[in-house]
Amino acid sequence: MANFSTNEFKPGLKVMLDGEPCSIMENEYVKPGKGQAFNRVKLRNLRSGRVWERTFKSGDTLEGADVMDVELEYSYTDGEFFYFMDPVSYDQHAAGSEAVGETQKWLKEQEKYEVTLYNGAPITVTPPNFIELEITETDPGLKGDTAQGGSKPATLTTGAVVRVPLFISQGEIIRIDTRTGEYVSRASKS
Amino acid sequence: MSDWRPGAPLSVQRQRATLLAELRQYFHRLGVMEVETPLLCQYGVTDPGLDNFAVVCGDGERWLQTSPEYAMKRLLAAGSGDIFQICKAFRSGELGQRHNPEYTLLEWYRLGVDHYDLLHQVGELVCGLLGRAGWQVWPWRTLVQHVLGSDIERATHRELEQLALAQVGDIPPALDREALLDLLVSHCVEPALAKWGVVFVVDYPLPQAALARRVQGPDGEALGARFECYVDGLELANGYWECGDADELALRFESDNLLREQRGLPCRPVDQRLLAALRSGLPDCSGVALGVDRLLALQSASPDLDGVLAFNWNRS
Repeated sequence: MANFSTNEFKPGLKVMLDGEPCSIMENEYVKPGKGQAFNRVKLRNLRSGRVWERTFKSGDTLEGADVMDVELEYSYTDGEFFYFMDPVSYDQHAAGSEAVGETQKWLKEQEKYEVTLYNGAPITVTPPNFIELEITETDPGLKGDTAQGGSKPATLTTGAVVRVPLFISQGEIIRIDTRTGEYVSRASKS
Repeated sequence: MSDWRPGAPLSVQRQRATLLAELRQYFHRLGVMEVETPLLCQYGVTDPGLDNFAVVCGDGERWLQTSPEYAMKRLLAAGSGDIFQICKAFRSGELGQRHNPEYTLLEWYRLGVDHYDLLHQVGELVCGLLGRAGWQVWPWRTLVQHVLGSDIERATHRELEQLALAQVGDIPPALDREALLDLLVSHCVEPALAKWGVVFVVDYPLPQAALARRVQGPDGEALGARFECYVDGLELANGYWECGDADELALRFESDNLLREQRGLPCRPVDQRLLAALRSGLPDCSGVALGVDRLLALQSASPDLDGVLAFNWNRS
Protein backbone atom coordinates (compact mmCIF):
# COMPACT_ATOMS: atom_id res chain seq x y z
CA MET A 1 0.00 0.00 0.00
CA ALA A 2 1.02 3.59 -0.56
CA ASN A 3 2.21 5.80 2.28
CA PHE A 4 0.28 8.93 3.18
CA SER A 5 1.79 12.06 4.68
CA THR A 6 0.01 14.10 7.38
CA ASN A 7 -1.08 16.70 4.84
CA GLU A 8 -2.94 13.98 2.94
CA PHE A 9 -4.86 12.90 6.06
CA LYS A 10 -8.43 13.67 5.01
CA PRO A 11 -11.52 12.38 6.82
CA GLY A 12 -12.29 8.88 5.59
CA LEU A 13 -8.71 8.00 4.60
CA LYS A 14 -7.84 4.47 5.78
CA VAL A 15 -4.40 4.02 7.33
CA MET A 16 -2.48 1.51 9.46
CA LEU A 17 -1.60 2.58 13.01
CA ASP A 18 -0.03 0.22 15.57
CA GLY A 19 -0.90 -2.66 13.25
CA GLU A 20 -4.59 -1.77 13.21
CA PRO A 21 -6.66 -0.49 10.28
CA CYS A 22 -8.01 2.97 11.10
CA SER A 23 -10.11 5.61 9.46
CA ILE A 24 -9.11 9.28 9.79
CA MET A 25 -11.86 11.34 11.43
CA GLU A 26 -10.22 14.73 12.01
CA ASN A 27 -6.85 16.29 11.27
CA GLU A 28 -5.84 19.56 12.91
CA TYR A 29 -2.66 21.34 11.82
CA VAL A 30 -0.86 23.11 14.69
CA LYS A 31 2.24 25.24 14.32
CA PRO A 32 3.91 27.68 16.69
CA GLY A 33 4.95 31.05 15.25
CA LYS A 34 8.16 29.51 14.02
CA GLY A 35 9.37 25.97 14.35
CA GLN A 36 8.14 22.42 14.12
CA ALA A 37 4.56 21.87 12.96
CA PHE A 38 2.35 19.08 14.27
CA ASN A 39 -0.86 17.37 13.28
CA ARG A 40 -3.36 16.33 15.92
CA VAL A 41 -5.27 13.48 14.42
CA LYS A 42 -8.41 11.63 15.49
CA LEU A 43 -8.69 8.12 14.08
CA ARG A 44 -11.26 5.37 14.48
CA ASN A 45 -9.89 1.88 14.92
CA LEU A 46 -12.01 0.04 12.36
CA ARG A 47 -11.79 -3.25 14.20
CA SER A 48 -12.72 -2.10 17.70
CA GLY A 49 -14.58 1.10 16.84
CA ARG A 50 -12.47 2.95 19.44
CA VAL A 51 -11.37 6.51 18.75
CA TRP A 52 -7.67 7.29 19.07
CA GLU A 53 -6.11 10.74 19.33
CA ARG A 54 -2.52 11.01 18.17
CA THR A 55 -0.02 13.79 17.59
CA PHE A 56 2.28 13.51 14.57
CA LYS A 57 5.13 15.65 13.35
CA SER A 58 3.91 17.28 10.15
CA GLY A 59 5.25 15.34 7.21
CA ASP A 60 5.26 12.01 9.06
CA THR A 61 3.69 9.21 7.09
CA LEU A 62 1.43 6.23 7.74
CA GLU A 63 0.95 3.24 5.52
CA GLY A 64 -2.40 3.07 3.78
CA ALA A 65 -4.72 0.29 4.92
CA ASP A 66 -6.17 -2.14 2.39
CA VAL A 67 -9.72 -1.35 3.44
CA MET A 68 -12.76 -1.32 1.19
CA ASP A 69 -16.45 -0.75 1.85
CA VAL A 70 -18.65 -3.04 -0.25
CA GLU A 71 -22.36 -3.74 -0.39
CA LEU A 72 -23.05 -7.45 0.14
CA GLU A 73 -26.14 -9.61 0.54
CA TYR A 74 -26.51 -11.69 3.66
CA SER A 75 -26.95 -15.39 2.80
CA TYR A 76 -26.85 -17.63 5.88
CA THR A 77 -24.92 -18.67 8.97
CA ASP A 78 -23.44 -22.05 9.80
CA GLY A 79 -23.34 -21.15 13.48
CA GLU A 80 -19.71 -20.07 13.35
CA PHE A 81 -19.55 -17.73 10.38
CA PHE A 82 -21.99 -15.43 8.67
CA TYR A 83 -21.87 -15.64 4.89
CA PHE A 84 -22.33 -12.62 2.66
CA MET A 85 -22.45 -12.63 -1.12
CA ASP A 86 -21.42 -10.05 -3.70
CA PRO A 87 -24.62 -9.67 -5.80
CA VAL A 88 -22.56 -8.94 -8.93
CA SER A 89 -19.65 -11.38 -8.79
CA TYR A 90 -21.35 -13.94 -6.50
CA ASP A 91 -18.14 -14.01 -4.41
CA GLN A 92 -18.77 -15.21 -0.87
CA HIS A 93 -17.29 -13.60 2.24
CA ALA A 94 -17.36 -15.26 5.65
CA ALA A 95 -17.62 -12.85 8.58
CA GLY A 96 -16.87 -13.90 12.15
CA SER A 97 -19.12 -12.88 15.03
CA GLU A 98 -16.60 -10.16 16.03
CA ALA A 99 -17.04 -8.47 12.65
CA VAL A 100 -20.82 -8.83 12.70
CA GLY A 101 -21.13 -7.69 16.32
CA GLU A 102 -24.42 -5.96 17.21
CA THR A 103 -25.57 -6.19 13.60
CA GLN A 104 -26.31 -9.88 14.20
CA LYS A 105 -29.77 -8.97 15.50
CA TRP A 106 -30.60 -7.19 12.22
CA LEU A 107 -29.40 -9.91 9.83
CA LYS A 108 -32.00 -10.86 7.25
CA GLU A 109 -31.49 -13.06 4.22
CA GLN A 110 -31.17 -11.29 0.85
CA GLU A 111 -30.88 -7.91 2.63
CA LYS A 112 -27.93 -5.71 1.61
CA TYR A 113 -25.31 -4.71 4.23
CA GLU A 114 -22.31 -2.45 4.08
CA VAL A 115 -19.34 -4.67 4.78
CA THR A 116 -15.86 -3.27 5.45
CA LEU A 117 -13.19 -5.56 4.07
CA TYR A 118 -9.66 -5.42 5.46
CA ASN A 119 -7.15 -7.36 3.36
CA GLY A 120 -10.20 -8.93 1.73
CA ALA A 121 -11.82 -10.17 4.97
CA PRO A 122 -14.87 -8.57 6.64
CA ILE A 123 -14.09 -6.55 9.79
CA THR A 124 -17.36 -4.69 10.25
CA VAL A 125 -20.91 -5.17 9.00
CA THR A 126 -23.26 -2.19 9.02
CA PRO A 127 -27.01 -2.72 8.60
CA PRO A 128 -29.23 -0.46 6.48
CA ASN A 129 -30.80 2.36 8.56
CA PHE A 130 -34.24 0.76 8.29
CA ILE A 131 -35.09 -2.89 8.13
CA GLU A 132 -38.36 -4.84 7.99
CA LEU A 133 -38.67 -7.95 10.15
CA GLU A 134 -41.45 -10.33 11.18
CA ILE A 135 -42.64 -10.67 14.77
CA THR A 136 -42.40 -14.27 16.00
CA GLU A 137 -43.68 -13.66 19.48
CA THR A 138 -45.59 -10.98 21.36
CA ASP A 139 -48.51 -10.82 23.79
CA PRO A 140 -51.88 -10.63 22.02
CA GLY A 141 -52.96 -7.07 21.34
CA LEU A 142 -56.25 -5.66 22.57
CA LYS A 143 -58.81 -4.71 19.91
CA GLY A 144 -59.45 -1.03 19.71
CA ASP A 145 -56.06 -0.01 21.09
CA THR A 146 -54.57 3.05 19.41
CA ALA A 147 -51.05 4.21 18.84
CA GLN A 148 -51.07 6.23 22.06
CA GLY A 149 -51.71 3.20 24.17
CA GLY A 150 -48.27 2.28 25.50
CA SER A 151 -45.99 -0.52 24.36
CA LYS A 152 -44.96 -4.15 24.86
CA PRO A 153 -41.93 -6.27 23.96
CA ALA A 154 -41.92 -8.22 20.69
CA THR A 155 -39.41 -10.85 19.56
CA LEU A 156 -38.39 -10.79 15.89
CA THR A 157 -37.25 -13.58 13.57
CA THR A 158 -33.65 -12.59 14.22
CA GLY A 159 -34.07 -12.97 17.99
CA ALA A 160 -33.96 -9.21 18.56
CA VAL A 161 -36.49 -7.82 21.04
CA VAL A 162 -38.03 -4.39 20.33
CA ARG A 163 -40.85 -2.45 21.95
CA VAL A 164 -43.94 -2.16 19.78
CA PRO A 165 -47.38 -0.53 20.26
CA LEU A 166 -50.04 -2.73 21.88
CA PHE A 167 -52.09 -3.09 18.67
CA ILE A 168 -49.27 -4.96 16.87
CA SER A 169 -49.72 -8.72 16.79
CA GLN A 170 -47.65 -11.84 16.18
CA GLY A 171 -46.85 -12.56 12.52
CA GLU A 172 -46.91 -8.93 11.49
CA ILE A 173 -43.96 -7.31 9.72
CA ILE A 174 -42.66 -4.10 11.24
CA ARG A 175 -40.16 -1.45 10.19
CA ILE A 176 -37.29 -0.75 12.64
CA ASP A 177 -34.64 1.96 12.78
CA THR A 178 -31.43 -0.06 13.27
CA ARG A 179 -29.53 2.98 14.61
CA THR A 180 -31.82 3.29 17.63
CA GLY A 181 -33.37 -0.19 17.67
CA GLU A 182 -36.81 1.43 17.76
CA TYR A 183 -40.08 0.49 16.08
CA VAL A 184 -40.99 2.91 13.27
CA SER A 185 -44.19 1.61 11.69
CA ARG A 186 -46.13 -1.37 10.42
CA ALA A 187 -44.82 -2.60 7.10
CA SER A 188 -47.27 -3.79 4.50
CA LYS A 189 -46.97 -7.53 3.94
CA SER A 190 -45.77 -8.08 0.44
CA MET B 1 -19.66 21.87 -9.44
CA SER B 2 -20.78 24.53 -6.97
CA ASP B 3 -17.35 25.35 -5.54
CA TRP B 4 -16.59 27.81 -8.33
CA ARG B 5 -18.18 30.31 -5.95
CA PRO B 6 -16.08 32.19 -3.39
CA GLY B 7 -15.95 30.46 -0.01
CA ALA B 8 -15.93 33.71 1.94
CA PRO B 9 -18.75 36.27 1.77
CA LEU B 10 -18.36 39.28 -0.55
CA SER B 11 -18.82 41.55 2.48
CA VAL B 12 -15.50 40.19 3.80
CA GLN B 13 -13.89 40.80 0.38
CA ARG B 14 -14.98 44.45 0.65
CA GLN B 15 -13.53 44.50 4.17
CA ARG B 16 -10.26 43.18 2.74
CA ALA B 17 -10.17 45.93 0.12
CA THR B 18 -10.72 48.58 2.82
CA LEU B 19 -8.07 47.02 5.07
CA LEU B 20 -5.46 46.97 2.25
CA ALA B 21 -6.21 50.61 1.44
CA GLU B 22 -5.91 51.58 5.12
CA LEU B 23 -2.60 49.76 5.49
CA ARG B 24 -1.17 51.51 2.42
CA GLN B 25 -2.39 54.91 3.69
CA TYR B 26 -0.81 54.24 7.07
CA PHE B 27 2.62 53.64 5.53
CA HIS B 28 2.33 56.46 3.00
CA ARG B 29 1.59 58.87 5.85
CA LEU B 30 4.71 57.65 7.67
CA GLY B 31 6.78 58.06 4.52
CA VAL B 32 7.50 54.34 4.23
CA MET B 33 7.99 53.35 0.59
CA GLU B 34 6.02 50.50 -0.95
CA VAL B 35 8.23 47.99 -2.80
CA GLU B 36 7.89 44.79 -4.79
CA THR B 37 10.31 41.87 -4.86
CA PRO B 38 10.22 38.52 -6.71
CA LEU B 39 7.91 35.73 -5.58
CA LEU B 40 9.95 33.16 -7.52
CA CYS B 41 13.48 33.19 -6.14
CA GLN B 42 16.73 31.40 -6.87
CA TYR B 43 17.20 30.52 -3.19
CA GLY B 44 14.85 29.01 -0.65
CA VAL B 45 15.22 29.21 3.14
CA THR B 46 17.22 26.97 5.47
CA ASP B 47 14.76 27.32 8.39
CA PRO B 48 13.84 23.67 9.23
CA GLY B 49 10.30 24.76 10.10
CA LEU B 50 9.65 26.15 6.62
CA ASP B 51 9.28 24.31 3.33
CA ASN B 52 9.48 26.23 0.05
CA PHE B 53 7.47 25.13 -2.96
CA ALA B 54 9.88 24.23 -5.74
CA VAL B 55 8.88 25.37 -9.21
CA VAL B 56 10.38 23.94 -12.37
CA CYS B 57 11.33 26.84 -14.60
CA GLY B 58 12.85 26.85 -18.07
CA ASP B 59 16.32 27.60 -16.71
CA GLY B 60 16.21 25.34 -13.64
CA GLU B 61 14.45 25.10 -10.32
CA ARG B 62 13.19 28.16 -8.43
CA TRP B 63 11.51 28.60 -5.09
CA LEU B 64 8.30 30.36 -4.19
CA GLN B 65 9.29 32.68 -1.37
CA THR B 66 8.16 31.91 2.19
CA SER B 67 8.48 35.65 2.92
CA PRO B 68 10.01 38.65 1.11
CA GLU B 69 12.53 39.12 3.92
CA TYR B 70 15.78 38.37 2.07
CA ALA B 71 14.95 40.50 -0.95
CA MET B 72 13.79 43.40 1.21
CA LYS B 73 17.03 43.26 3.19
CA ARG B 74 18.94 43.53 -0.08
CA LEU B 75 16.95 46.71 -0.80
CA LEU B 76 17.73 48.03 2.70
CA ALA B 77 21.43 47.32 2.19
CA ALA B 78 21.22 49.16 -1.14
CA GLY B 79 19.96 52.26 0.72
CA SER B 80 16.18 52.10 0.21
CA GLY B 81 15.33 53.55 3.62
CA ASP B 82 12.04 52.57 5.33
CA ILE B 83 10.10 50.12 3.16
CA PHE B 84 6.95 48.01 3.22
CA GLN B 85 5.47 45.32 1.01
CA ILE B 86 2.12 43.58 0.76
CA CYS B 87 2.58 40.35 -1.16
CA LYS B 88 1.78 36.67 -1.37
CA ALA B 89 3.97 34.21 0.52
CA PHE B 90 3.96 30.43 0.15
CA ARG B 91 4.60 27.67 2.66
CA SER B 92 4.29 24.10 1.51
CA GLY B 93 2.26 21.80 3.76
CA GLU B 94 0.87 24.57 5.98
CA LEU B 95 -2.83 23.85 5.71
CA GLY B 96 -5.29 24.09 8.56
CA GLN B 97 -7.82 26.36 10.24
CA ARG B 98 -5.19 29.07 10.69
CA HIS B 99 -2.98 28.24 7.74
CA ASN B 100 -3.29 28.35 3.97
CA PRO B 101 -0.20 27.40 1.93
CA GLU B 102 -0.62 30.63 -0.08
CA TYR B 103 -1.33 33.72 1.97
CA THR B 104 -0.99 37.49 2.11
CA LEU B 105 1.83 38.99 4.12
CA LEU B 106 2.54 42.56 5.13
CA GLU B 107 6.22 43.08 5.86
CA TRP B 108 7.91 46.33 6.80
CA TYR B 109 11.25 47.70 8.00
CA ARG B 110 12.02 50.85 9.96
CA LEU B 111 15.52 52.27 10.18
CA GLY B 112 17.11 53.24 13.49
CA VAL B 113 14.56 51.51 15.74
CA ASP B 114 14.97 48.48 17.97
CA HIS B 115 12.44 45.67 18.39
CA TYR B 116 10.78 47.38 21.36
CA ASP B 117 10.12 50.54 19.31
CA LEU B 118 8.76 48.45 16.46
CA LEU B 119 6.67 46.36 18.86
CA HIS B 120 5.08 49.59 20.03
CA GLN B 121 4.28 50.62 16.44
CA VAL B 122 2.76 47.20 15.72
CA GLY B 123 0.71 47.42 18.92
CA GLU B 124 -0.73 50.81 17.96
CA LEU B 125 -1.49 49.74 14.39
CA VAL B 126 -3.13 46.44 15.42
CA CYS B 127 -5.09 47.94 18.32
CA GLY B 128 -6.29 50.76 16.05
CA LEU B 129 -7.46 48.37 13.32
CA LEU B 130 -9.08 45.92 15.73
CA GLY B 131 -10.47 48.42 18.23
CA ARG B 132 -8.45 47.02 21.15
CA ALA B 133 -7.49 49.10 24.17
CA GLY B 134 -3.88 47.99 24.69
CA TRP B 135 -1.45 45.12 24.96
CA GLN B 136 0.66 43.07 27.33
CA VAL B 137 4.36 42.28 26.92
CA TRP B 138 5.74 38.97 28.23
CA PRO B 139 9.30 37.66 28.08
CA TRP B 140 9.16 34.18 26.50
CA ARG B 141 10.65 32.39 29.48
CA THR B 142 8.36 34.07 32.03
CA LEU B 143 5.29 33.36 29.92
CA VAL B 144 6.12 29.69 29.43
CA GLN B 145 6.85 29.30 33.13
CA HIS B 146 3.59 31.06 34.00
CA VAL B 147 1.49 28.80 31.75
CA LEU B 148 3.26 25.46 32.29
CA GLY B 149 4.28 25.98 35.89
CA SER B 150 7.87 24.97 35.27
CA ASP B 151 11.01 26.62 33.95
CA ILE B 152 11.49 24.70 30.72
CA GLU B 153 14.54 26.72 29.75
CA ARG B 154 16.54 24.81 32.36
CA ALA B 155 14.82 21.44 31.89
CA THR B 156 16.78 18.47 30.56
CA HIS B 157 15.62 16.67 27.43
CA ARG B 158 14.14 13.88 29.56
CA GLU B 159 12.25 16.36 31.78
CA LEU B 160 10.86 18.14 28.73
CA GLU B 161 9.67 14.82 27.34
CA GLN B 162 7.93 13.99 30.64
CA LEU B 163 6.31 17.41 30.71
CA ALA B 164 5.09 17.08 27.11
CA LEU B 165 3.68 13.62 27.86
CA ALA B 166 1.84 14.96 30.90
CA GLN B 167 0.52 18.05 29.10
CA VAL B 168 -0.22 16.75 25.60
CA GLY B 169 -0.80 13.05 26.20
CA ASP B 170 0.40 11.14 23.19
CA ILE B 171 3.55 12.65 21.63
CA PRO B 172 5.54 11.65 18.54
CA PRO B 173 8.68 9.61 19.25
CA ALA B 174 12.25 10.94 19.21
CA LEU B 175 11.57 14.68 19.25
CA ASP B 176 14.66 16.87 19.62
CA ARG B 177 14.77 19.63 22.23
CA GLU B 178 13.58 22.37 19.86
CA ALA B 179 10.69 20.24 18.63
CA LEU B 180 9.62 19.47 22.23
CA LEU B 181 9.60 23.20 23.01
CA ASP B 182 7.55 23.84 19.86
CA LEU B 183 5.13 21.10 20.91
CA LEU B 184 4.63 22.62 24.36
CA VAL B 185 4.28 26.16 23.02
CA SER B 186 1.82 25.28 20.25
CA HIS B 187 -0.27 22.89 22.35
CA CYS B 188 -0.28 24.64 25.75
CA VAL B 189 1.08 28.20 25.69
CA GLU B 190 -0.60 29.57 22.56
CA PRO B 191 -4.06 28.20 23.49
CA ALA B 192 -3.67 29.83 26.94
CA LEU B 193 -3.34 33.24 25.23
CA ALA B 194 -6.81 32.93 23.67
CA LYS B 195 -8.38 35.06 26.39
CA TRP B 196 -5.55 37.53 26.85
CA GLY B 197 -6.30 39.95 24.01
CA VAL B 198 -3.21 41.48 22.41
CA VAL B 199 -0.01 39.91 23.74
CA PHE B 200 3.59 40.47 22.68
CA VAL B 201 6.10 37.77 23.51
CA VAL B 202 9.70 39.03 23.59
CA ASP B 203 13.24 37.89 24.48
CA TYR B 204 13.34 34.53 22.75
CA PRO B 205 15.96 31.91 23.63
CA LEU B 206 18.86 32.12 21.20
CA PRO B 207 18.02 28.90 19.26
CA GLN B 208 14.70 30.55 18.40
CA ALA B 209 16.24 33.90 17.46
CA ALA B 210 15.84 33.16 13.72
CA LEU B 211 17.21 36.33 12.05
CA ALA B 212 17.06 38.56 15.13
CA ARG B 213 20.24 40.03 16.58
CA ARG B 214 21.71 38.62 19.77
CA VAL B 215 21.14 40.75 22.87
CA GLN B 216 21.97 40.32 26.56
CA GLY B 217 19.14 39.42 28.92
CA PRO B 218 18.75 40.80 32.47
CA ASP B 219 20.76 37.87 33.87
CA GLY B 220 23.45 38.21 31.25
CA GLU B 221 22.04 35.37 29.13
CA ALA B 222 22.09 35.62 25.34
CA LEU B 223 18.64 36.24 23.85
CA GLY B 224 17.16 36.85 20.42
CA ALA B 225 15.82 40.38 19.91
CA ARG B 226 12.60 38.95 18.50
CA PHE B 227 8.92 39.51 19.25
CA GLU B 228 5.73 37.73 18.33
CA CYS B 229 2.32 39.41 18.44
CA TYR B 230 -0.70 37.30 19.39
CA VAL B 231 -4.29 38.45 19.31
CA ASP B 232 -6.75 36.20 21.15
CA GLY B 233 -4.21 33.38 20.89
CA LEU B 234 -3.77 33.80 17.12
CA GLU B 235 -0.20 34.48 16.06
CA LEU B 236 -0.37 37.64 13.96
CA ALA B 237 3.12 39.10 13.55
CA ASN B 238 6.76 38.20 14.04
CA GLY B 239 9.44 40.87 14.30
CA TYR B 240 13.19 41.26 14.78
CA TRP B 241 15.74 43.87 15.60
CA GLU B 242 17.63 42.66 12.58
CA CYS B 243 20.92 40.87 12.80
CA GLY B 244 23.19 42.46 10.23
CA ASP B 245 26.17 40.26 10.96
CA ALA B 246 26.68 38.13 7.85
CA ASP B 247 29.06 35.73 9.58
CA GLU B 248 26.68 35.08 12.45
CA LEU B 249 23.76 34.51 10.09
CA ALA B 250 25.88 32.22 7.93
CA LEU B 251 26.53 30.14 11.08
CA ARG B 252 22.81 30.06 11.91
CA PHE B 253 21.96 28.94 8.34
CA GLU B 254 24.57 26.23 8.69
CA SER B 255 23.09 24.97 11.96
CA ASP B 256 19.62 25.11 10.33
CA ASN B 257 20.90 22.74 7.69
CA LEU B 258 22.45 20.54 10.35
CA LEU B 259 19.07 20.29 12.12
CA ARG B 260 17.46 19.58 8.73
CA GLU B 261 19.90 16.73 8.25
CA GLN B 262 19.16 15.32 11.73
CA ARG B 263 15.43 15.50 11.00
CA GLY B 264 15.86 13.79 7.64
CA LEU B 265 14.89 16.92 5.70
CA PRO B 266 16.68 18.08 2.53
CA CYS B 267 19.35 20.76 3.08
CA ARG B 268 18.84 24.11 1.38
CA PRO B 269 21.56 26.19 -0.24
CA VAL B 270 22.25 29.47 1.57
CA ASP B 271 21.21 32.68 -0.21
CA GLN B 272 24.61 34.11 -1.13
CA ARG B 273 23.15 37.38 -2.41
CA LEU B 274 21.63 38.02 1.02
CA LEU B 275 24.97 37.41 2.73
CA ALA B 276 26.75 39.64 0.21
CA ALA B 277 24.22 42.41 0.87
CA LEU B 278 24.75 42.10 4.64
CA ARG B 279 28.52 42.21 4.14
CA SER B 280 28.16 45.45 2.26
CA GLY B 281 26.23 46.76 5.29
CA LEU B 282 22.66 46.51 6.54
CA PRO B 283 21.50 49.73 8.22
CA ASP B 284 20.44 49.43 11.87
CA CYS B 285 16.77 48.49 11.52
CA SER B 286 13.89 46.40 12.78
CA GLY B 287 11.43 44.51 10.63
CA VAL B 288 8.18 42.67 11.08
CA ALA B 289 5.93 40.38 9.05
CA LEU B 290 2.19 40.39 9.69
CA GLY B 291 -0.39 37.92 8.38
CA VAL B 292 -3.02 39.97 6.55
CA ASP B 293 -5.52 37.11 6.21
CA ARG B 294 -5.35 36.52 9.95
CA LEU B 295 -5.78 40.24 10.64
CA LEU B 296 -8.88 40.18 8.44
CA ALA B 297 -10.14 37.07 10.24
CA LEU B 298 -9.87 38.92 13.54
CA GLN B 299 -11.51 42.03 12.07
CA SER B 300 -14.42 40.06 10.61
CA ALA B 301 -14.67 37.67 13.60
CA SER B 302 -14.10 34.63 11.34
CA PRO B 303 -13.18 31.50 13.28
CA ASP B 304 -10.81 30.37 10.52
CA LEU B 305 -9.04 31.56 7.37
CA ASP B 306 -11.64 29.92 5.12
CA GLY B 307 -13.96 32.69 6.25
CA VAL B 308 -11.76 35.38 4.69
CA LEU B 309 -10.26 33.73 1.61
CA ALA B 310 -12.29 34.11 -1.57
CA PHE B 311 -10.78 30.89 -2.86
CA ASN B 312 -8.94 28.81 -0.30
CA TRP B 313 -6.51 25.97 -1.08
CA ASN B 314 -9.32 23.56 -1.93
CA ARG B 315 -11.22 26.02 -4.13
CA SER B 316 -8.24 27.58 -5.89
